[in-house]
Amino acid sequence: MYVAVKGGEKAIAAAHRMLARERRGDESVPELSLEQIREQLSLSVDRVMSEGSLYDPHLAALAVKQARGDLMEAIFLLRAYRTTLPRFGYALPVDTSRMHIRRRISATFKDVPGGQILGPTFDYTHRLLDWDLSGHRSAEKDADALVSGEMDGAVEATQEAMPRVLDVLGREGIIESETSGPDSEPGDLTREPLTLPAGRSMRLQNLARADEGFLLAMGYSTQRGFGNSHPFVGEIRMGEVEVEFTPEELGFPVTIGEITLTECETVNQFIGSGDARFTRGYGLTFGQGERKAMSMALVDRSLRAGELGEEVRGPAQDGEFVLYHSDNVEASGFVQHLKLPHYVDFQSELALVRGLRRDSTDKEESHER
Amino acid sequence: MSTEQTTRQEWMAALALAPEARLQEAWNRLEAQPQYKVVRGPETGLVMVRGRTGNSGERFNLGEMTVTRCTVNVDEGIMGHAFIGGLSHEHARLAAVFDALLQLPERGEGLRRTLISPLQQERQAYLASRRDEVRPSRVDFFTLVRGEE
Repeated sequence: MYVAVKGGEKAIAAAHRMLARERRGDESVPELSLEQIREQLSLSVDRVMSEGSLYDPHLAALAVKQARGDLMEAIFLLRAYRTTLPRFGYALPVDTSRMHIRRRISATFKDVPGGQILGPTFDYTHRLLDWDLSGHRSAEKDADALVSGEMDGAVEATQEAMPRVLDVLGREGIIESETSGPDSEPGDLTREPLTLPAGRSMRLQNLARADEGFLLAMGYSTQRGFGNSHPFVGEIRMGEVEVEFTPEELGFPVTIGEITLTECETVNQFIGSGDARFTRGYGLTFGQGERKAMSMALVDRSLRAGELGEEVRGPAQDGEFVLYHSDNVEASGFVQHLKLPHYVDFQSELALVRGLRRDSTDKEESHER
Repeated sequence: MSTEQTTRQEWMAALALAPEARLQEAWNRLEAQPQYKVVRGPETGLVMVRGRTGNSGERFNLGEMTVTRCTVNVDEGIMGHAFIGGLSHEHARLAAVFDALLQLPERGEGLRRTLISPLQQERQAYLASRRDEVRPSRVDFFTLVRGEE
């Protein structure tokens, strides 16, 4: 338990002034604009939108700047801001088949309809520090890099819907089908608390806003044997999708804008024997967030252990463990609340420990007598 | 769905996806700028974005996005609505005004020709240039036979 304390206003104001100075840093260095953060630290912006559970690159850039680049603090700022806004309603589900693809790969088939599109990826880079970036890189060099790839006229880069890799298995009936039965209204964690056991829609919403590091570790643990689900990456795609929303006053859906999403579909351990078929894991995240989407798909699949009749042996298969510890705003709040005054709690523990020691000394003394 | 509705959906999409500067420019270019009353907003709120498991299964809530809405009434008594992703009040206000004007028989036809159709073409050109940028990173992996067959 912590207690309220009074006083210290002046010290707090001075601390905030110091924070502002530290945020600005050396004033002989130009100040960052939100446009610079949005355009040049776009993966920080994407992560803040994803875990802040609010898609708005401008606000996310502001949060990154205000938080001095502390992404978890920025996520907290975004979550706090969203509570000040009214909710207009629910959008129609996005259709990732109609995504304007910027990256699309499959690890299960070499030749996939639509082709493998590498897009802007760190894969295949040598992870060597690039000294060109330490100074002012010439725009010319960037342009050269852009046209050095081979033009491949044979396959038109997707103006139409990009075929889904898992549909290839689906047509053969060797992967579980993903259909919506009677389409019940999915649960919404921003409106109702998480209750266990949580259905898949509730779990996916939780994972979509979950801390990337936590999901990565959980996914990794399943690969290392704490609940193996034998994953293959069926497909990863990243690009822009249009969002449609049906305003009450219009009664028909209208496009409200375009957002960037990353999607990962895994092909997992099969079930059955004569009618054997693969199972699926699903990951979807705001922005370009492949590591997150992949981790999410691994954890989504491992949390289906119960429903698929698998033995629960690892933490990543335990819904209570995963879903109650995945949110970094909650986790950070609870860990950091330990900084708040616990003076009274500690005084009582202190008195207890001192008392125990005194009792034992008294006993020893009476023995000796 | 009626044709009338499809066209309105199409122009609302074009207005939402257009850069704000293009709408500003179109407004400044109007020969007769109409009188209008803002009935609601512009105000920013949230819309919950949804996905489906595997894109075809159960729906789930992915996270929210900011949306700014505005409703205007042009002097002929026609209501224009706009719901635009992001925080820009100006974009929403202009889109709502154009939505109203596009419903007027005497103005709609012209605006579809001079504003909506160019916006749609610009959008297509933008998407095409993005595809051109992506195309060179399409790859053909070749595998080495591992010897089991």
